[in-house]
Amino acid sequence: YYEELYAFSYNPKQNDQQREEGWQLIDLGAEFERMGVPNDQWQHTDVNRDYKVCETYPRDLYVPITASKPIIVGSSKFRSKGRFPVLTYFYQEKKAAVCRCSQPLSGFSARCLEDESMLQAISKANHNSRFVYVMDTRPKLNALANRAAGKGYENEDNYSNIRFQFVGIENIHVMRASLQKLLEVIGARSLTMSDYLVGLESSGWLRHIKAIVDAAVFLTKAVTVEGASVLVHCSDGWDRTAQVCALGSLLMDPYYRTIKGLMVLIEKDWISFGHKFADRCDQLDGDPKEVSPIFTQFLECVWQLTEQFPHAFEYSEWFLLQIHEHVHSCQYGNFLGNNQRQREQLQLGERTHSLWDFLMSEKQNYLNPFYKPSYSEAHPVLEPSTLPYHFKFWRNMYHQFDRSMHPRQSILKTILTLKENSRKAESELQALETRLQKLGVTPIATSDPPAPPPTRDQRTNPLPPRPDSLILGAPINHKEVERHEEEDEQNEVGVEATERTDTERTVEGSSGTESRKQSYGELEGTCNGELAKEEPAVVSLELGVARMTC
Amino acid sequence: MEFSDHIKTANVEDVVLRQPLHPPSRGTLCITGHHLLFSEREEGSSQQVLLLLRNIDAIEKRMSGSSGTITIKCKDLRVLQLDIPGMEQCLNISRSIETLSCLDNVSEMYPFFYRPTDLSLQDQWGLSTPEKHYTQMKELHERWRLSSVNKSYSVCPSYPPAVIVPNCIDDETLKKVAKFRQGGRFPVLCYYHRKNGMVIMRSSQPLTGANRKRCKEDELLLQAVIEDSDKGFIIDTRSSQQVHQARMTGGGFESKSFYNCWKRLHRQMERGKALQESLIKLVEACSDESHNVDRWLSKLENSKWLSHVQTALSTAGLLAECVERDGHSALVHGYEGTDCSLLICTLAQLIMDPFCRTLEGFLALLEREWVQAGHPFQQRCAHSAYSHARFQQESPVFLLLLDCVWQLWRQFPLALGFSEALLLRLANEVYASDYGTFLCNNDQERCALGVKDRTHCLFRALLRPAERDYYSNPLYEPTELAIWPSVHPQSLQLWRGFFLRWTQLTHHLEAVQEEIRSMVIEWGRVAQR
Repeated sequence: YYEELYAFSYNPKQNDQQREEGWQLIDLGAEFERMGVPNDQWQHTDVNRDYKVCETYPRDLYVPITASKPIIVGSSKFRSKGRFPVLTYFYQEKKAAVCRCSQPLSGFSARCLEDESMLQAISKANHNSRFVYVMDTRPKLNALANRAAGKGYENEDNYSNIRFQFVGIENIHVMRASLQKLLEVIGARSLTMSDYLVGLESSGWLRHIKAIVDAAVFLTKAVTVEGASVLVHCSDGWDRTAQVCALGSLLMDPYYRTIKGLMVLIEKDWISFGHKFADRCDQLDGDPKEVSPIFTQFLECVWQLTEQFPHAFEYSEWFLLQIHEHVHSCQYGNFLGNNQRQREQLQLGERTHSLWDFLMSEKQNYLNPFYKPSYSEAHPVLEPSTLPYHFKFWRNMYHQFDRSMHPRQSILKTILTLKENSRKAESELQALETRLQKLGVTPIATSDPPAPPPTRDQRTNPLPPRPDSLILGAPINHKEVERHEEEDEQNEVGVEATERTDTERTVEGSSGTESRKQSYGELEGTCNGELAKEEPAVVSLELGVARMTC
Repeated sequence: MEFSDHIKTANVEDVVLRQPLHPPSRGTLCITGHHLLFSEREEGSSQQVLLLLRNIDAIEKRMSGSSGTITIKCKDLRVLQLDIPGMEQCLNISRSIETLSCLDNVSEMYPFFYRPTDLSLQDQWGLSTPEKHYTQMKELHERWRLSSVNKSYSVCPSYPPAVIVPNCIDDETLKKVAKFRQGGRFPVLCYYHRKNGMVIMRSSQPLTGANRKRCKEDELLLQAVIEDSDKGFIIDTRSSQQVHQARMTGGGFESKSFYNCWKRLHRQMERGKALQESLIKLVEACSDESHNVDRWLSKLENSKWLSHVQTALSTAGLLAECVERDGHSALVHGYEGTDCSLLICTLAQLIMDPFCRTLEGFLALLEREWVQAGHPFQQRCAHSAYSHARFQQESPVFLLLLDCVWQLWRQFPLALGFSEALLLRLANEVYASDYGTFLCNNDQERCALGVKDRTHCLFRALLRPAERDYYSNPLYEPTELAIWPSVHPQSLQLWRGFFLRWTQLTHHLEAVQEEIRSMVIEWGRVAQR
């Protein structure tokens, strides 16, 4: 029944070769090479070549050179779902590693020598530190409860070289309930400010977001400041572990703050390491208890960081929203299924298209005009503040289909246009100057510049066509696209050429059509009756947002 | 009394200053009649901190052994700490600050002494006058006149000498109406909507009292406002319960039976003490450094500040809706008509009138609707969020206005011609200023003290070329359309630039914004070439 998903019928008019190239855009082998792996302490292992040791891991894995095959196999038998400790990020500057795994099957007293050797091997691979941090990302109570089921956490007495630390991120069920509560609150009709703030608090959503960022900050400090290696796990090591490893890497490595880099990061820590996208995003009407907005939380954490560091990210929030959209749209093959093995069985590479290729082709839509690579050179490691007032409600995510709440004018789009036009004007100028030089004229001497006169046209030249979804800043669903197009036609009647239609549209918030959605009170009679009807009773939560909680 | 009488110790050496965003520094502290001056005395450094004493909201001293620490909490929300050697010196300094920071005598305040070289007292004070404003508004002349009935401030002490009223209402009638309105604030025109000829009037509450007094002249005036239109709206910034209670103390409302063409709409807006409390709670919440999200959100909610922002914007939206969409004139008042009425009239004009959204237009709007219209700045802004000595009259209505304008600016980043920096500057100036603009409570007081002759005008200073550049919005693109703000709670935000101004991150973001601004200006320049 996976075959019924849109991805299998979606045909963007690409030939097989183009499609194949699309899938080759992200190469995790090259990514590990970029980090400097393999090296004298870390090696590639093909122990999972046939998914025999761990079904939910990828084929290619990286482990310490001293971790022999028996150690790996022994350790995997002592870890939930066979998810033994493997490398996910290598911090070259300090030769410190970020490793991930699932919880040990320690129960109340069980031990496993191979597992202990595995952690020893990780520790030995880093000469900067005598110990490895083991971050259990669960609240202590949850970890304790797991012991009764024969699972649990590492006993510091048995692992001589570890420092154990609980982090306290809640589980998928708590997160699901939290988002459900949040969406209920913000979907309420005529919400008062107090109800909103009380609801925001009681949903706990921002508290959870902060817990994830706190964990990532802890991880980052351990690695970059102390130079220690860190092993991260939760229960199965595919939800909280993915969040913390990915966000931590993004704090440590400027590459992940570029468009390509974020794709690589998601491919690595989420897709290849087996975050259960099919279950968590409810691709197949599965068990509602498995649905949870874990990946959404990760994107939100990234967004919160982009708000704190406007210079540090190559991408804008629309990139995050677009990824989120397609995690749920099932239009591309990347996020289908729960792990790599399943994806291979589904032959996604041959039968579907890659989202990364598509996103790369419209890269210019996702650029953050304020991105300054030099900022990242000066501040390779981000140190975000985690004071509570820095965590904000992400309106453009949770109200992405409710245009009455969008910013009335998109500053981002205006600035992108401005920047693009300035770039164009500059290169035009350069071209003209070169031509003049060829003709033997010194540009300064010309009293009558041959350059076209500076017209307003130039400034308002629209960017290369962008998808409708970006016109008002946020992706909108197909129904709305249609309606939008109708409006466009009306708008264009009597409007001279294309001059300034762009801007007109963003001011649409203040034109008759749009503004009807906002009414301020009890004006009766002619205008009010109509106004009340126009206001949607409940915010429509479509596609992505609805699916986040099932 | 001379200032020197209040200064027992003018200079102290070897003082350590701790302030947000800077490492502690050692230097000399100096107290003058109006300023606290700190000069750093480190090798190769000449950092100076000059603080208007008027900016100081509260001061705390702590003695330990032979030295003492003074904590200074400013009205711009900055908190400074001074470690002063010598107990007596410390006590002297703190006593001087306590006295000099809250002088009651307006003519002793700094604006009367501030003499910058690039401004002259001969320059025109203020941007415009009611007379000029009327002359420029040609559309008005057919139906509206300029009345000098208040020439000597005898009809309404808090109004300017000239006001705009319907043509057919003579000064004698106005005098009678003034007696029927609290504080003499009879209905006057504050905005003419060019698109449809509708107007916004503002006033104070009618003094109907418990026995439902009426005033024929008042009814006549309001009838003249709507002329042959079928109705008008009265936006009362109080709840209907409140207006009934107001009758018990001599106030009241326009009853349906006597003003049958007017439809009353009630919107309860907090003012006075409640608003002041709200500010105090919010500032307290913002200085809580605990790492608990729930606690933060709960304190933010409990302060109610954002609720006040929401109510103000939505009431202003309602007012603009009456005028622009419904096509009717409106009268706005609450009790005295010097606070919330001004707030929502100002916001409604920003929503509807493109000219008010330019830098000059906005400053002129503030001058008209707040300075000339008699918002009692001196009473409302004597103290801010930190002061323990609270009087009954303080209320951050003007700050609430700036916050609301900031929300508009966030939602329409292209439609306003000024920048956030302007709003921040105004938020400072209203509490402590080198300029005379926000001194006194009304025009009458300003005239009596010669404010217009003996101080400089802030609004004019803000329009000097360098300032004008700095306070302009580089992305500004004028639009003729009304800018209807979203007032959903999700669309409103805490004004971080002001309330969290002295935190590291805001500081960092400010620098980033400054850079972005120059980038934008540069791109605009290149693209236009």
